[in-house]
Amino acid sequence: MAGSGSAHMRNPEDALLRVENLVMEFPVGRGRKVSAVSNVSFDLHKGETLGLVGESGCGKSTTGKAIMQLPRPTRGMVKLGDTELTALKGSALRATRPRMQMIFQDPISSLNPRRAVADIVEEPLRIWNLGDAEQRRAKVNEVLETVGIDVDAAAERKPHEFSGGQCQRISIARAVVTDPDLIICDEPVSALDVSVQAQILNLLEDMKARYGLTLVFVAHDLAVVKNVSDRVAVMYLGKLCEIGPPQELYTSPSHPYTSALLDAIPVPDPEVATDEKEHLGGDLPSPIDPPSGCRFRTRCDRATDVCAQAEPQMQPVDDDHFVACHHPLVTPVEIAAR
Amino acid sequence: MSLADTAASPVPVPGTGPILEVTDLSTSFASPRGRVGAVNGVSLSLERGRTLGIVGESGSGKSVLSRSIMGLLPASTAERTGSIVFEGKELSDWGDKEYRELWGTEMAMIFQDPMTALNPVMKIGKQITESLRFHLDMDRSTAKDTAVELLRSVRIPEPEKRFSSYPHEMSGGMRQRVVIAVALACGPKLLFADEPTTALDVTVQAQVLDLLEEQQRERFMAMILVTHDLGVVAGRAQEIVVMYAGRIVEKAPTRTLFADMKMPYTEALLSAIPKLADPPHTRLAAIGGRPPDLVNPPEGCPFAPRCPYVRERCLTELPALTPVDGDDTHLFACHYPVDSPETIEIKDRLTAQGLLISSPPPGSASDGAQDGR
Repeated sequence: MAGSGSAHMRNPEDALLRVENLVMEFPVGRGRKVSAVSNVSFDLHKGETLGLVGESGCGKSTTGKAIMQLPRPTRGMVKLGDTELTALKGSALRATRPRMQMIFQDPISSLNPRRAVADIVEEPLRIWNLGDAEQRRAKVNEVLETVGIDVDAAAERKPHEFSGGQCQRISIARAVVTDPDLIICDEPVSALDVSVQAQILNLLEDMKARYGLTLVFVAHDLAVVKNVSDRVAVMYLGKLCEIGPPQELYTSPSHPYTSALLDAIPVPDPEVATDEKEHLGGDLPSPIDPPSGCRFRTRCDRATDVCAQAEPQMQPVDDDHFVACHHPLVTPVEIAAR
Repeated sequence: MSLADTAASPVPVPGTGPILEVTDLSTSFASPRGRVGAVNGVSLSLERGRTLGIVGESGSGKSVLSRSIMGLLPASTAERTGSIVFEGKELSDWGDKEYRELWGTEMAMIFQDPMTALNPVMKIGKQITESLRFHLDMDRSTAKDTAVELLRSVRIPEPEKRFSSYPHEMSGGMRQRVVIAVALACGPKLLFADEPTTALDVTVQAQVLDLLEEQQRERFMAMILVTHDLGVVAGRAQEIVVMYAGRIVEKAPTRTLFADMKMPYTEALLSAIPKLADPPHTRLAAIGGRPPDLVNPPEGCPFAPRCPYVRERCLTELPALTPVDGDDTHLFACHYPVDSPETIEIKDRLTAQGLLISSPPPGSASDGAQDGR
């Protein structure tokens, strides 16, 4: 899609998180502004994982941060349960913080280097005065144990004594310690080796099952996103392109951009010739002056005049699978014919 | 090692035979805890115009290996032994002064991070003409024309205009193209690409790899592609070397390696990658533990502590790199390769107990780690 619309939104009563027409703009001087996220809507059910994918600069991380109100979105609505976050201020907004947590990309720099691991994990509980000292310690030990960190050996050590993978485990422990409803994972495995990446992805699945978490999983690696997600949203230049269940979105992508992203992934199989695939050319256009109509049209080989004039709206392709494109690769008619 | 060993062998004529022959190369670094053996007894050879992929986790020694060959080690702490023959020249006792003749004109390197590989306060044109003027003695205007042509050949739009841009004015993908243009400027015969696309998006990664392949074909350049991603080398390299704890643990032509891998580590690396064909929430086959401490490496096989098929012999005896029966091109270092009866027996037992996840065929049900709905 590099488009707008809300056809893909589900019944608001079922949603744990509902994001409507989210807009995030940053001033860049001389009255100009970058529209990092423009008019993005999506919702999440409890216990669901939403994968947000796209190239650097597509606004996926900004969307994650805007949900946390860090910083506040320029316009739009973010509703967590019955709480409308964009309407809250000061202590009322602060009071919602234990319900939402974040896991960052760089595990080492997201932990305070001068504090001991047990301290780092306990801090959220201390801030919110949850339990007495003994209960807090028990909780810290429990979460550290669950993420696979040996409490006796690790509790008093500092982050620099751990590898990247272990630091990411500690970050996960810190995020789940307040029993949050929602965790935003911003590229949590991008800085890790494949072997460690697999450990962390398995751990996230375990934690989700154990603590009943709802996740927004922001990443650029489509295979990783498919592995963890129940629903995948593809973003391009601040807009949503396509949203749907992973299996369907990956086997029959409807938006040309989704298809190009999938084609660009290197396949670990020498029998698959790389030169037979057409790789997407060009770079992301500037978000200061985005293309009119469909934002993807400058790199799309299916683009026509209509793409420059009108912005495509979200339209259904199949149950729970939506695309914003004037010339989708798979149309509802084709689906019906199957 | 000494020059005497290589002096005995006939010196190949430049222009024929392999462009690079590395024999028993070891590199270690001084550290407060003792010497870190980053590369241990690596031997490999590379033909002209071919691509060798070097694969391994962080800390496997893959980057140190390419830096050792290229003479880019810190002189104060690094110690390099073994023989490196490049175009018939023995480089093992060369220092910076001699290497300077090779850098740029004979061998060049593309680094991982295009943000830091370029000088931020120098216009990109100058960064390319610098080596053209120094190595090829070009005058100012010829160097400029050549640089613009180079920028055009790496598909930078409006190369004349970009010639006077600064690195910060370009995107990561564009900057990596500039880094490639700088590396190709003096027509090197051997190109090292050290994780050239790790910092880039998948779409840009594909563009940059396509570009490298095209430039390599045009220039008949040999290339060493260093990466942690088996997917990147699968379609691009003719031969693959898998490194672990500074050693080569498996080496084979690409197709052979993927069709018939012997080393449990290679198998583990491949199955740890999430596959696009797998259904969501497929349990991934993670490799537990961490690579060994290279200051005090374990006595036996370095992968033994993490290997699901480990046996007693693995803990005490270091397996040598040996060829597969009847195929000299395929080497592996393992006492019980993945297709040996001993390993198959353990594999069957672990699979039956549900302790081992080999990548399930597409469409099979995912295991216990279901979502909480």
